[in-house]
Amino acid sequence: MIKILTDNWSTIITGFEFTILSSIVGLLGSLILGTVFALMEMAPNKFLKFIGTAFVEFFRNIPLLVITLFFYVVVSHAVKINGFWAGTIALILYTSSFVAECIRGGVNSVDPGQMEGARSNGLTYTQAMIHIVLPQGFKLAIPSLGNQFINLVKNSSILSFVAGLDLMYQANVISGANLDPFNTYIVIGIFYLLLTGPLSVFMNHLENRLR
Amino acid sequence: MIYASAFNSVNMHYLMGGLGITIAVSIISIVISFIVGTILGVILFEEVPYFSRTVQFIVNTIRNLPLLLLIFFTYFAMPKLGVELNAFTATVFAMSVFESTMVSQIIRGGLLSVGAGQIEGALSTGMTKFQTLWYILLPQALKNSIPPLISQFISLVKDTSLATAIVLTEMMFRSQVIYGQNPNYMIPMFAIVTALYFVVNYSLSLLSKWFERRLATS
Amino acid sequence: MSKLKGKRIGLLAAVVLVVVLVGSLVFGWTYHEYQSKTKNSLKNIKSAHVMRWGVKSDTRLFGLISPKTGQSEGFDIDMARTVTKQIAKDQGTKIKPEFTPVTTSSKIQLIKNNQVDAVAASMTITPERAKIVDFSNPYFPAGQSILVKKNSGIKNIQQLNNPKSTIIGVMGTMAMETTKKFAPKAKLIAMPDNSQAFSALQSGQGDAMTTDNAILYGFCQQSKDVAVIGGTFTNQPYGLAMDKGQTDLQKAVNRALKEIRADGTYDRLIKKWFGNIPGLDWRELTK
Repeated sequence: MIKILTDNWSTIITGFEFTILSSIVGLLGSLILGTVFALMEMAPNKFLKFIGTAFVEFFRNIPLLVITLFFYVVVSHAVKINGFWAGTIALILYTSSFVAECIRGGVNSVDPGQMEGARSNGLTYTQAMIHIVLPQGFKLAIPSLGNQFINLVKNSSILSFVAGLDLMYQANVISGANLDPFNTYIVIGIFYLLLTGPLSVFMNHLENRLR
Repeated sequence: MIYASAFNSVNMHYLMGGLGITIAVSIISIVISFIVGTILGVILFEEVPYFSRTVQFIVNTIRNLPLLLLIFFTYFAMPKLGVELNAFTATVFAMSVFESTMVSQIIRGGLLSVGAGQIEGALSTGMTKFQTLWYILLPQALKNSIPPLISQFISLVKDTSLATAIVLTEMMFRSQVIYGQNPNYMIPMFAIVTALYFVVNYSLSLLSKWFERRLATS
Repeated sequence: MSKLKGKRIGLLAAVVLVVVLVGSLVFGWTYHEYQSKTKNSLKNIKSAHVMRWGVKSDTRLFGLISPKTGQSEGFDIDMARTVTKQIAKDQGTKIKPEFTPVTTSSKIQLIKNNQVDAVAASMTITPERAKIVDFSNPYFPAGQSILVKKNSGIKNIQQLNNPKSTIIGVMGTMAMETTKKFAPKAKLIAMPDNSQAFSALQSGQGDAMTTDNAILYGFCQQSKDVAVIGGTFTNQPYGLAMDKGQTDLQKAVNRALKEIRADGTYDRLIKKWFGNIPGLDWRELTK
């Protein structure tokens, strides 16, 4: 096991970097897009609401692999896009549908009196939503958002299907060469745990504190 | 319509066979992971000294790994432990192990959400600990867990597509075989595969919403 | 009192759990080691009356799944069938071939894991691989070449030797290594299998795809806007592979190969699959 680590150190670290990069870009992207779609889902405007709901339901109910391959082999006919970005964009779209649901859940559990109060003080719906309700909803959504982030890190392994240079891809390259899948996958598994383990401990801690 | 020929009867027959495999893998894994996950969930909830901690450690390790890694490990590395599986059984095994850990967390949460008052009440009427668990706690916990369980099973159905990596000829793999023959089939195949996954999963999520509403009113 | 008892039971259960888990790991590992040391593939094949072959599912002409039958079809599959039949005849017993789809990157692992007895998957005989698996005598004369889009204006691999070019290979193939020698400056990306590599070329993920000529000819047959260019730059014949140390099976396979070459079956199969490829004379292949 140590030998696998020393023999392939730079390969593994490259994979680790790409997995982290994809996760961070995926987190930021899906937070922004997810919030936008949550707001649309809750909007009083029927048209916006329909678009928001349709988007969320669509991406929640199809496999991430389908979205990833779609970007990699279909979209790339029109726009040049490499495996890393095809996978990461797919991750953003897929995860943002879950993020939207978390935020909507958070906002829904904010006391409706808050909205009424803000409106009666002369704020418009949009102002009340963005300045009063959304920040509170966001706070309430943190535990479930955290779980989505852990899923995001794990799901970034989808990049391996499209030569996205991430940890999982490197694992396959390494075990294809050294023919020791047993130890290789364990080593790579430890690297994934280095990312998801602390996150999950932190989320547990947070959930227990809120309970 | 250059796309229409993609939907010829040979291709459709082949693709639907793949859907059959997708559904078969899903159902078997759902049943296994529901049973194992519930047992694990009870162990985690009961907080048996040392034992629950050990189980918790194993569960946490597995659920913090990517499912894809577990699939590769099962197919390529388990034979080193004398366990030989084909693509189908390897997928079912990996998915069952992974989903059991996810289900265990949901069940534990469901058990925790049943009030402590109920447990004390049941115990004071002379029920044993096991009877309390079996007749009072579990039924309520399971009922509360239905919506998150269904979401988890939707993930499971979607994740069966990962098995293309070990050449399980499920729906996603078969669509690739079909568009591998003719690039013009690519867009139609993506369209139909997306539609099929969506129909299956969206029906499941409607079911989950229906349960959620019923639970909210009762 | 009962709390203390609970603690003891819990500790015992935890210890038992860990011991059982670790124990089965150790047992499984040793059992597998023992099995692979005492394995005799030919004996197993004869007693099971089944020979398990790993074949490609995505390689035109060699092993490509047909949606009609759901089975792989191609030169490799016909070879595996014929060789199995010949071995059965030589050994005086009945043996049925059984096919498992493999990818380029998984085929050696499946042999090592004893998930297949042998592999007929357009696999080049190399000294590196020969350290891990045993090869039969060559059954197909292949060589590496590159495939480009016709309108790309690329004429040979030297043109790709710059940092702006991307060459697509297939994970686990020799071609990946040789490309580094012929175009060291080009960027290399590896796709999991042939058809995904070809999809990647078509969608512009790279300027060229490289692997064995015979596989690339298959793609030419399929699509009019790509071409194999610059001829072959290596000589890399294919062999049937089986686990290291399976000399009985290796001998049986080589004997079968010799017999089917002698009785004309081999030429018939070559003609069947390579008889009408643009730019390829099948008779060249039977020499």
